[in-house]
Parts: sequence; C-alpha cells; structure tokens
Amino acid sequence: MFEYAPAPESRSVVDIKPAYGLFVDGTFVDPVDGGSFKSINPASEEVLAEIAEGGAQDVDRAVRAARTAYEKVWGPMPGRDRAKYLFRIARIIQERSRELAVLESLDNGKPIKESRDVDIPLVAAHFFYYAGWADKLPYAGFGPDPKPLGVAAQVIPWNFPLLMLAWKIAPALAAGNTVVLKPAETTPLTALLFAEICQQADLPAGVVNIVTGAGETGRALVEHPGVDKVAFTGSTEVGRAIARAVAGTRKKLTLELGGKAANIVFDDAPIDQAVEGIVNGIFFNQGHVCCAGSRLLIQESVADRVLESLKRRMAQLRVGDPLDKNTDIGAINSAAQLARIRELSDAGSAEGAERWSPPCELPERGFWFAPTIFTGVTQAHRIAREEIFGPVLSVLTFRTPAEAVEKANNTPYGLSAGIWTDKGSRILWMADRLRAGVVWANTFNKFDPTSPFGGYKESGYGREGGRHGLEAYLNV
Amino acid sequence: MSERVAVRKTYKLFIGGKFPRSESGRSYLVQDANVSLASRKDARDAVVAARAAVKGWAGATAYNRGQILYRAAEMLEGRREQFVALGVPGDEVDAAVDRWVWYAGWSDKLAQVYGGANPVAGPYFNLSAPEPTGVVAVVAPERPALLGLVSVIAPAIVTGNTVVVATSPTEPLAAVTLAEVLATSDLPGGVVNLLTGRITETAPTLAAHMDVNAIDLTGVTDAELAADLEVKAAANLKRVLRPAPADHDWFADPGLGRMTTLLETKTVWHPKGV
Repeated sequence: MFEYAPAPESRSVVDIKPAYGLFVDGTFVDPVDGGSFKSINPASEEVLAEIAEGGAQDVDRAVRAARTAYEKVWGPMPGRDRAKYLFRIARIIQERSRELAVLESLDNGKPIKESRDVDIPLVAAHFFYYAGWADKLPYAGFGPDPKPLGVAAQVIPWNFPLLMLAWKIAPALAAGNTVVLKPAETTPLTALLFAEICQQADLPAGVVNIVTGAGETGRALVEHPGVDKVAFTGSTEVGRAIARAVAGTRKKLTLELGGKAANIVFDDAPIDQAVEGIVNGIFFNQGHVCCAGSRLLIQESVADRVLESLKRRMAQLRVGDPLDKNTDIGAINSAAQLARIRELSDAGSAEGAERWSPPCELPERGFWFAPTIFTGVTQAHRIAREEIFGPVLSVLTFRTPAEAVEKANNTPYGLSAGIWTDKGSRILWMADRLRAGVVWANTFNKFDPTSPFGGYKESGYGREGGRHGLEAYLNV
Repeated sequence: MSERVAVRKTYKLFIGGKFPRSESGRSYLVQDANVSLASRKDARDAVVAARAAVKGWAGATAYNRGQILYRAAEMLEGRREQFVALGVPGDEVDAAVDRWVWYAGWSDKLAQVYGGANPVAGPYFNLSAPEPTGVVAVVAPERPALLGLVSVIAPAIVTGNTVVVATSPTEPLAAVTLAEVLATSDLPGGVVNLLTGRITETAPTLAAHMDVNAIDLTGVTDAELAADLEVKAAANLKRVLRPAPADHDWFADPGLGRMTTLLETKTVWHPKGV
C-alpha cells in the first residue's frame, strides 16, 4: 500500500463573493422579500457564501424577463446567431474550467479529479454540441419548421450542479427558448458563476435567469402560469408532485428522476474490469448519481471471487479532501443526505443484510460516509428497493440470464443498467430485455452530449442529450 | 311465405381476443342497439389482458407486426359496406383504411428515423433505439367514430404497445365492428382491448392503474376530467398524450408524435477494442 502525500488543488483560483443576488434580466438583483440562506462546503461545514432566496415575486419578475427576452430578442434571432452565443459560452467554460472545477468541488464536495475531468469538460461539450443545432433545427427530424415553446422553467439537483445546468440550458437556448433556472439550494455557486459567464458572453438580458432558493422557490417557478415548459431533474417523489401540478395546463413536461440500477456480472466477465466498473458504478460522485449501479447482481458461480476482488479494490479507495487530486471519494453533499444514507444503511443491517466497509479514516468535520457494501440482500430489503443516493452497494446473486433480467427489472425505476460478459450475443439479448433508458455493457457511468439519457417507468420521461434532447424544447 | 327474420348482432366488449359481456351484466341503448356498459372491473380485466400480450407483441419482429397490421387493413377494406351501414361516411372509411396502412408501414421504419448511432467522444459503440412503453390506455375521440379510433389505436400498437381503449360513448358500434376486423387479422388476443360505455366510469380506473404505462387523453373533451385523469396518471408517471384540440383535423397528416410519445428510447453503450 502506497502512502500518498497530500496534493491539494489551490482554491485561490476562485473568488467567492460574500453574498449573491438573483440573476434576473441580465443583472444581479436582491430578492423582493430579502430572504437568504447559506451555502456551505460539505467537506468542512465552512460557510462559502450568503445566497438570495427567491420568492414568488422574484420568480414572477424572472419569468417576465424571460418572456420579454423570448418575444423581443431570442425568439426572433436567427439560429445562426443563437449558435454563436452558445459557442461563446462553451469557450468561456473551457477557458475558466479550472475555476469552475474548484468551485464545484468546494460547493458540492465531489473530488476535484471528477469535477476537473468529468463534470466541467462535459459541460463545455454540451454547450458546444447544442450550439451547432441552433441553426439546423429543420434537419432534426421534427418537421420542416419546428418552433420553440417559449419560457422554460428548469429545476436541477445538487449532484452535478453545473452539468445539470448545461443539460437544461443548452438545448433550451439552442431551440430558441428562454429560461428561468433554479439550482439546488446546497449547490448554487457554479450556477451563479455561470450567470457571470452569460454576462461575459454578452448574452442578451433575460435569456437566462437564475433564481436561487429551496423547494418553495422551485414550486413557485413550476406553477407560474407564464411558463410554457417545465424540466426537472431530481427525486421521483418531487417529480410526481410536479406532474400533478402541471396537469390540466399546456405546459410541456420532461422529468429525469430516480433510479435503482442493476449492474449485472456474468461468470464469463473479465473480473478485474468488472470490478472497476462496479466501483465506478456506485462510488463515482459518492454514489450521488441517479443512474448509479446500486444493485450488484453477480452470477452465483463467481460471486465469491468478485466480492473478494471488489473488497480488495475498495480498500484502495481514498476518502477525504475533495480538493486533493488523489481523492477518490469526497464529501456527502449535505447533513440531510448523510442522514438519509445512514437511515437506509441501518435498515439494511436491521433487515438482516451483512454490512462491510474497508478500514477507512474519515475527516472529523464535514459529512462523510465510508464506501459500503451489503451482501445477503434480498429483493424485499429496503436497500434493494429504495434509492440510497450514496456510496452504498447492495449485492444480490442470480443463476440464469432470465433470472438476472427478472431481478433487474423488479423495480419501479428504469433509468440505467449494466451488463458484464464476454459474450456479445448475451449482451444484446440482455439489452433487449432490460427496461432501462441507458444500458452500459462492459462499461458504466459514461455520458456524452450526443447520447440520449433518460428513464423508463418511474425514472421519468423525455430524453436529454443528442437529437432526442431537442424534442423537449420544441413544439412537436 | 313469411318474410325472413334477420339475425341481429350482439355488441359486446373486446378483451383478450374474446367478446365478453360486461362482468356487471349491464348494457345501454345507443345507436338502436344494446351495447355493453363496461365497468371498472372490466377495465382492470382489460389491463391484465393487455399486459399479458405485451411480451409477445413487443417481442414480435417489426416485419411481423407490419404484416399483421396490413392484414387488418385488408379486413377493414372488406367490411367497408358494413361501416357505411352503421352511418360512417364512405370517405371516412377510406381514410381509416389508408391511415391504417400508413401506420402499418412504420413498423419497420421508425427505429431508423427515430433512433440511430450517436458519435460519442470516445471509443464506444453507442446506439439509441425506440422501444414500446408497454400498456397504453386510450380515450378515443367521440367522433369521427371510425377514423378517430383508427388514428389513436394504430400508432400505439404498431411499435409494440398493447392498448385498452375507451371507445366513443355515443357511437360505439363502429368500435365493436373494428374489433371484429382485428379479431380476424392474426392480431394476438389482448393487443387491442375495447371498452364500450361511459368514459367517466372507465377512464379514471385506467388513469390510476399502476400497471398502465401511458395514457392517451385524445378523446377527453371535459377539461376538468382531463386534468383529473392527468393527476391520476402521475401516480406512476404515465406518459401522457393530452386531449386533442376541438378543431383537430382527423384527415390531416398525423405526423410521428402519436407514435413517439408512446415510445421509450434505449441507449446502449459498449467499448471498442481488440
């Protein structure tokens, strides 16, 4: 076992202001009722900044600004010019990538190697990809003259703050809509830096509005009669409430919700690669991933070998300072999320599953949870049914491919699935039968702006990414 | 010689490929016939039949589904006079046949138009393809009774979904006759299930049913009922096709939207390497 010297990324590259207003109509403004909340660093519990809490009047102001911008500027603008603004944004994100990565890790708790190598590059790529669509919409397969919807209300989660912003804003703007976006209350900082990037790009005022706040702010936004489109990424429970809230309106709705993905390992799989995929599947981003491979299904004949190898690999994972370049697993995003992970893990033990974590020293301050696996899990256990959204893996076994399909699909969710086998025909046979929107075969947790992402069943509807992602923002 | 007495037809439900009466034993008088008045239990039974049919129908080859649907168009054409006798205008029957043929042809083409390869930035095979969502509940438009019905059933089933349809309450005879067309078209039992009766009775059961994947509210004209059904549909996040506008032109090109709303897109990744 190697000893690693600390290799922290410098935080001096970011300049966090003591307080942030709402970004409405191109400028930062104070909320009407003056409320605010604090965003903290989950790795240290240090307060990072005071954030404005948007109320109903602020939401109204933002929606009006977005409407005016849609009617006067962005709607009439040729796609060619909309594209150029999006290209500008993509370039500025690339230019300021170090700053964005550090800020994301500070506010979210994710390891710098992930924000630096995954989140921010994908953000830039997403804007770059959709920029190119802005002047090609008639060729997207939605008819010769597809129209934008108008004002989009977008509510995003805290697990990939800037990446989820990109997934929402880039296609919306490319299609000719204007947006009001509410970032998650625990991770608003990169969205506010993005607002500055919009200013730097000279994006016309009102095209992008960022209203920070918690659930009530989001509700006011989603229920505002002046929005034409609602896009939400988050929990299935809130997604259901939003689906009810837009019932009877003409608001177009897309939802990207929870998951409980099966990661299925067959006896002929290359074990070392599969173990890397299992680790990536559940411990990437502390398991705060809706498509995380949180149910490991191992073919019985290789279960002992896979588990032994997995445990050995888990013992090498480095948990700690998100800004340290050697860190594999960062901080849990909030005290509330840590409490949820603990509660479900305790339920796992109480219901009779066997819990294991590698020896692992956790920092004293901040929110931390050691990588954990449960063996002896049955399909009835809560940890096999409910989304934990943390670094906790439930291990089940199967004997035949048909049994694997049966168990994998035995969930109300249907976001993603993984298959590990050397046999091509079996991959395709399995892929046909898994009821999930994304199937990773001999890989896991791969994302790309050209590749549609989204769920079956209660994991939501609509797709983000690719040509399909435009459909959510066009009147088709 | 006395004049021959005609044999009258009994108009019943169509569930699982069979023609049962309503389990409630009820009927209602409409278009000069006693038509089965479907109950909530009939709606649930129809969902069970539709679910049982998903595996075979979704698993059939696209070519096979196209063949069967084309066969249905042949049977529909053959009954042209029967529909006219029920009061369906001749041009509507023609349009319904043409619409059915149009959709039948999509079975083995939509995946190429709506799916495809994604050029990801890495050494991966990456393909997106549409798949059926599963069981679809449909509230058919009140009229045109035949063209409207065909225009909501064909796009749902051509891609591999199965349907439970609440038919036009005021003109149900065309629907029951269409069921006879489908029953003689090699369409597996349960792929299409038809419930005659009151929308207000069957639709809420279908909208709230946890084993229904999507709901098409095209035929719902009461805005309050439509909103209520959409709220119920949110319980398991059904895909929702909202009501058609009152001035919808059923003879116009329907586009792909009716098919694509009832589809899921599955994206498969695999590394490339030696």
